[in-house]
Amino acid sequence: MSTQRIISRNTSSEELVSDYKWGFTIDIEEESAPKGLNEDIVRLISSKKEEPEWLLEWRLKAFRHWMRQNFEEPSWAHLHHPTIDFQNIHYYAAPKVKEDGPKSLDEVDPELIEAFNKLGIPLDEQKKMTGVAVDAVLDSVSVATTYQDMLEKSGIIFCSMSEAVKNHPELVRKYLGSVVPYTDNFYATLNSAVFSDGSFAYIPKGVRCPIELMTYFRINAEESGQFERTLIVAEEASYVSYLEGCTAPMRKSTQLHAAVVELVALDDAEIKYSTLQNWFPGDKEGNGGVYNFVTKRGKAAGRNSKISWTQVETGSAITWKYPSVVLQGDNSVGEFYSVALVNNYQQADTGTKMIHIGKNTKSTIVAKGISAGKAENTYRGLVKINASASGAKNFTQCDSLLVGDQCGAHTVPYIEVKNPTAQMEHEATTSKVSDDQLFYCQQRGIGVEDAHYMIINGFCRGIFQELPFEFAMEASQLLKVSLEGTVG
Amino acid sequence: MANQAALPMLQVTDLRVSVGDQEILKGVNLTVNAGEVHAIMGPNGSGKSTLANSLAGRPEYNVVSGQVLYQGEDLLSLEPEDRARRGLFLAFQYPMELPGVRAWQFLKAAVDAKRQHNGDEEMSARDFDQYLKEKVSQVDIDPELSRRNVNEGFSGGEKKRNEILQMAMLEPALALLDETDSGLDIDALRIVSDGVNKLRNPSNAVVLVTHYQRILNYITPDFVHVLVDGRIVRSGGADLAHELEEKGYDWIRETVS
Repeated sequence: MSTQRIISRNTSSEELVSDYKWGFTIDIEEESAPKGLNEDIVRLISSKKEEPEWLLEWRLKAFRHWMRQNFEEPSWAHLHHPTIDFQNIHYYAAPKVKEDGPKSLDEVDPELIEAFNKLGIPLDEQKKMTGVAVDAVLDSVSVATTYQDMLEKSGIIFCSMSEAVKNHPELVRKYLGSVVPYTDNFYATLNSAVFSDGSFAYIPKGVRCPIELMTYFRINAEESGQFERTLIVAEEASYVSYLEGCTAPMRKSTQLHAAVVELVALDDAEIKYSTLQNWFPGDKEGNGGVYNFVTKRGKAAGRNSKISWTQVETGSAITWKYPSVVLQGDNSVGEFYSVALVNNYQQADTGTKMIHIGKNTKSTIVAKGISAGKAENTYRGLVKINASASGAKNFTQCDSLLVGDQCGAHTVPYIEVKNPTAQMEHEATTSKVSDDQLFYCQQRGIGVEDAHYMIINGFCRGIFQELPFEFAMEASQLLKVSLEGTVG
Repeated sequence: MANQAALPMLQVTDLRVSVGDQEILKGVNLTVNAGEVHAIMGPNGSGKSTLANSLAGRPEYNVVSGQVLYQGEDLLSLEPEDRARRGLFLAFQYPMELPGVRAWQFLKAAVDAKRQHNGDEEMSARDFDQYLKEKVSQVDIDPELSRRNVNEGFSGGEKKRNEILQMAMLEPALALLDETDSGLDIDALRIVSDGVNKLRNPSNAVVLVTHYQRILNYITPDFVHVLVDGRIVRSGGADLAHELEEKGYDWIRETVS
């Protein structure tokens, strides 16, 4: 069993008593653009990154489209928060680096390396994680990517989005916005205008990526938004497993995170995308925390292609997130496995969309929501079977577990079927951790808090099994930490 | 230790317990010494299960008054998990299902909780596996049960056998069996009884709560107590159970009223 800690670090029982363990601030010099958004800021971001003209144009189109929406965020979700003052946010913040940026890890600011060590993400060659290539993103900028040489040998590209724009413009231009167009939704449009970095992965035809690819996102700067953009392209008959983890310091003010992730899987390709989302959830009274408005979508473009999303969402004050799959290729497969845990005053409105276009396409949705404290948890999902999708199948299972009697769980499934041959299954349950179950555990000597943890873990078992082993250990640890102090 | 051995395992004095507004136990007195098996018999609703559950500390059972000493210690001031860690075990009449929780994982947590209480280290996974195997064969139950989720989809008989396995794993000083025999076919009853008999030794004690005399054909009690309307109205040896079987609970009611 590995002792490697990806998100939650090695926590001792002493540490477990305290609150959010990732809440420290990294003390490095940052440069940021003035607050607010206007065309100049968009141009500034683009020029900082020395982007080609076509990309600046794309950003500007997005910016203008966003401005036409008059700061009116979507309001259909079951979420309540003060209006976001979009002109009171820094749209660009970056750790100060040498003129050309670090050429190798030796040139990366040791403070940064140390900061990531503290998070349990060693970046230096000697200590780097076995079998996982990491792209570390601090605020808006990719700090370092490990294992690049090894990946290059198999023709795999794994780098920051900025590098990809410089070194592989043809790929970026072909696929950027091809799954999530800049007009898609309010936050995706905003992201398209101001995205600063993120990860890019390209798996060539027939290559099975030999190690896990991981991006570790960290928001550090105060009153800054984080807008990263991730793009993964799996060519014919290739395979990649990609992980992302996220943390942020504890801040009294809220932080905005609006990311976009696009996945493209061609014929016979498979992408497995796993997320452990542990952004700062705010304090016990509901102050601060990250507002997480994320658009994630995969296009199973090719025949027999497969895209699988697995997410464990424990952080953020607000989560608004629907990782989706467009099942375009015949026989393509889409999967969504989710655990969303909310505690204290957290709110989550999360789910998926499965859009069936190709013939004999198949989707599976298993969503587990856990609500504790005064938190509200909503599953929202769309299964759409287009007229062209004969023989399509969907299985949906939504289970909610309530801890205590002041929280809420809601399930909002949308089903649209336009082909009579479709087979749909939908199951939903809501349960409580019962006093009888707790007493049964206690009678065997297991304390109330451990008993809750054991029962909740059992509830999530099916989802954790979908995660890569190391991540599964982390996920289970995260649940424990997130529930601390609420039970018992 | 010598001092502790001399103390009764369990000493219940004038115990009154209510559930909701209703008083169920109306002054129960009972002394159980190490090495003894006591059977508590009585008609439905007499308070047998209430006695077992309130000794284990089930929250909805409110102790109104009375005292319970367990190995000389005030039992009622302890949390349910602390009672368990000190060696008090309740075999449930209706064992709970824990979906997704593997039985072996549950057992290991229970065994480790007790070990930690005693100042021992947690068991290694390998040692635990070995220990589990021994106990599974000792109580003669399907090894598959421990690989499944706790009681999930178990038949009534499997649930009861699983309780006996847990008891064997935890080696309690005082085992309370709450109608463990109800709903069992003859084979399951034999397995459950064998499990209890194998556990019996001079340093522990068993309190068997039952409606029927049947299980006492397999487990011979040292004492039989008859509980009627919240009070122990008669105590005796194993013969009392046979007499009850012949004459029925009405006979007791008549003799005491």
